[in-house]
Amino acid sequence: MADDVIEALEKKENQEPSESEWKETGNGPILSIGNLRVWFELKKWGFAHAGYVRAVDDVSFDLEAGGALAIVGESGSGKTSLMKTILGLYEPHEGKIVFEDRDISRFNKKELDWYRSKVGFIQQDPYGALPPFMTVKTILEEPMKINDVKDPKEREERVLKVMEEVRLSPPQEYLEKFPHMLSGGQQQRVVIGRAMIMEPDLIVADEPVSMLDASVRVEILKLLESLQKSHNLAVIYITHDLSTVRYFSDRIFVMYAGELVEKAEVEQILHNALHPYTKALLKGTSEPDARNADIIKEIPPGEPPSLVNPPSGCRFHPRCPKKIDGLCEIKVPPEFEPAESGHLTACWLYDNDVDKT
Amino acid sequence: MSEKPLLNVEDLNLYFRSSKGIVQAVDGVDLQLDYNDATVILGESGCGKTSFAKAVLRLLPRNVESYCGSVELDGLNLMELNDEDFRLQARWVRMSLVPQAAMNALNPVMKVGDQVAEPLMLHQGMTKNQAMEQVEDMFKRVGVPVDFLDRYAFELSGGMRQRVIIAMALITTPKLVILDEPTSALDVLTQANIFNLLKRVKSEFDVSFILITHDIATSSELAKNVAVMYAGQIVEVGDAKRFFDEPLHPYSDKLMASVPRLRGNQELEFITGKPPSLINIDMGCRFAPRCPKRFDKCDQEPPVFEIGSRKVKCWLYEEK
Ligand SMILES: Nc1ncnc2c1ncn2[C@@H]1O[C@H](COP(=O)(O)OP(=O)(O)OP(=O)(O)O)[C@@H](O)[C@H]1O
Ligand SMILES: Nc1ncnc2c1ncn2[C@@H]1O[C@H](COP(=O)(O)OP(=O)(O)OP(=O)(O)O)[C@@H](O)[C@H]1O
Ligand code: SF4
Ligand SMILES: [Mg+2]
Ligand SMILES: [Mg+2]
Repeated sequence: MADDVIEALEKKENQEPSESEWKETGNGPILSIGNLRVWFELKKWGFAHAGYVRAVDDVSFDLEAGGALAIVGESGSGKTSLMKTILGLYEPHEGKIVFEDRDISRFNKKELDWYRSKVGFIQQDPYGALPPFMTVKTILEEPMKINDVKDPKEREERVLKVMEEVRLSPPQEYLEKFPHMLSGGQQQRVVIGRAMIMEPDLIVADEPVSMLDASVRVEILKLLESLQKSHNLAVIYITHDLSTVRYFSDRIFVMYAGELVEKAEVEQILHNALHPYTKALLKGTSEPDARNADIIKEIPPGEPPSLVNPPSGCRFHPRCPKKIDGLCEIKVPPEFEPAESGHLTACWLYDNDVDKT
Repeated sequence: MSEKPLLNVEDLNLYFRSSKGIVQAVDGVDLQLDYNDATVILGESGCGKTSFAKAVLRLLPRNVESYCGSVELDGLNLMELNDEDFRLQARWVRMSLVPQAAMNALNPVMKVGDQVAEPLMLHQGMTKNQAMEQVEDMFKRVGVPVDFLDRYAFELSGGMRQRVIIAMALITTPKLVILDEPTSALDVLTQANIFNLLKRVKSEFDVSFILITHDIATSSELAKNVAVMYAGQIVEVGDAKRFFDEPLHPYSDKLMASVPRLRGNQELEFITGKPPSLINIDMGCRFAPRCPKRFDKCDQEPPVFEIGSRKVKCWLYEEK
């Protein structure tokens, strides 16, 4: 297996042009997720099985090389669990993760290191993401040490290059600083730099801007966007904020209670949302408009369910204003494609055979 | 409606001592608020929003360097009250606070019903039974199931905890409630439900809100007026409709341009340069180092100019 990886790496080194060709033609997905379930076991008295938290349930999707995908969902809907599983940090309960045509569940330690260098991770909570006693320089060098970039000169060159890319310039001003000496936005640039330093093909950004002020938020989103374009990176952008999505992504997946309930192009979601939960999210997201103060919005009551005993049937049914009695609370809705092709939603309203009266 | 505003703050200052020097967290702030009205205070992290709330409510830390100015609330001159009278007549009685991150600050070992009853027993001398009756009524009005009275905070979801906190702020029927980032830790739908609740409360009770937030888009859910704070000062105040359509101050303008929107096709912008330190503040307009419209005059501190009923602290609006 290890030989495979080295071979694969060498191939890449030697075949630069054909690789980019492959990317441009979008020949096959870079990442393919099939029927993924991430369940956390609950234990009683520390050992007895007491059920599962079904954080991710039956999730499938493909991501093209260079594509930008957003996953939107509320707190606890399973976004971080999904990402950490994709990154190989959690074991899936079931299902498949295939990266560049290789099943990651069969990776050994060395291959996993390689895989993690190909997939940069920007984790939720920038303030906890950086080790407090390391300088910016050491933080950025760390992934290269793990991945056997032995020449200190090469490491330094790459650190300087990446710092320019994430606009921590002039680098000299930041190299020896510790995280607490940096503003929130600058810290997030270091986190992005660290994710970029191994020249990944895919970046997973988990709420990269939710802790930042409005203006800094825009700055960081623009930086990610420009990196994505200039490096032809595939990006998975995870957020709870629907309004930032369209500045950045081509496709959106909407996640509710561990499941993907709608998959569509950004424009399709904004102008023709299908799932009642997506519609509620759109309504609940405010635009800066003084008229808002005069209207009471119709918002589904309640809060997302516990994932230990999620609602039967459609998990949104207890809050859904359109619920079909006798169906929605019993059977799990499959994905339908009622409007444009590629616009999928898991909701019984779109089953032609169902009587909706 | 009375002639005088409910709240009239003039030249309020709150400075802290720190190892690096004096922090001018609230510096010469003026603000008026009518009865049954709502003003939002917008500004980036660290600009002094929470400090302003603390100054109005006189919830002061130990390291205060100076605290002065004039605050009139409902006909009462607050700065002249001693601490005891302030407690008896002002805090909880005429105004209350929903503190930042309050939902994580509920007492973990006390039933939430008892916690909400506490201000009534402490400030209005009610018996436990009288107080609990009112709490029950308040829970109904803010949408907390009555059987939650006997629960502990950890048994409640974030949204329910926030409703409990709002119930606590309203229980003494104050005229003014200051809400410091009341929904920033909540989900979109929960947040929208809480704003629905606040709107209902405002129409049912004779209460005014000051909403402190950095979230410009959701602030419009409650705002009748908007005040923008930058580096310890209020740089613009005025009617919400006109503000959201056409902000006056260059900082407000940039701030609005950084708000992501669901629809439309405008480019997002960000403010270059560093947010200011509140220690050793330079002369002149505090936004000048980052201002795209800066000119010679800006080296001096701008006064507040009045444009109709709006106010803006920027030399661009000086009468020519
Ligand atoms: N290691 C774990 N062990 C047990 N349960 C977990 C673990 N990690 C997450 N969970 C649970 O799985 C569910 C999904 O959590 P997850 O962190 O994936 O949600 P999220 O969508 O990222 O939420 P947020 O927006 O708050 O970050 C939650 O109910 C959470 O409590
Ligand atoms: N007790 C204190 N002693 C010294 N400095 C303080 C104290 N409290 C606040 N500050 C400083 O005063 C400034 C204003 O802080 P404040 O908490 O009022 O900001 P804020 O606008 O509420 O920010 P946020 O949006 O992050 O809540 C900051 O620079 C802060 O570090
Ligand atoms: S006073 Fe000058 S520097 Fe300040 S905001 Fe106005 S124009 Fe800009
Ligand atoms: Mg998460
Ligand atoms: Mg604050």
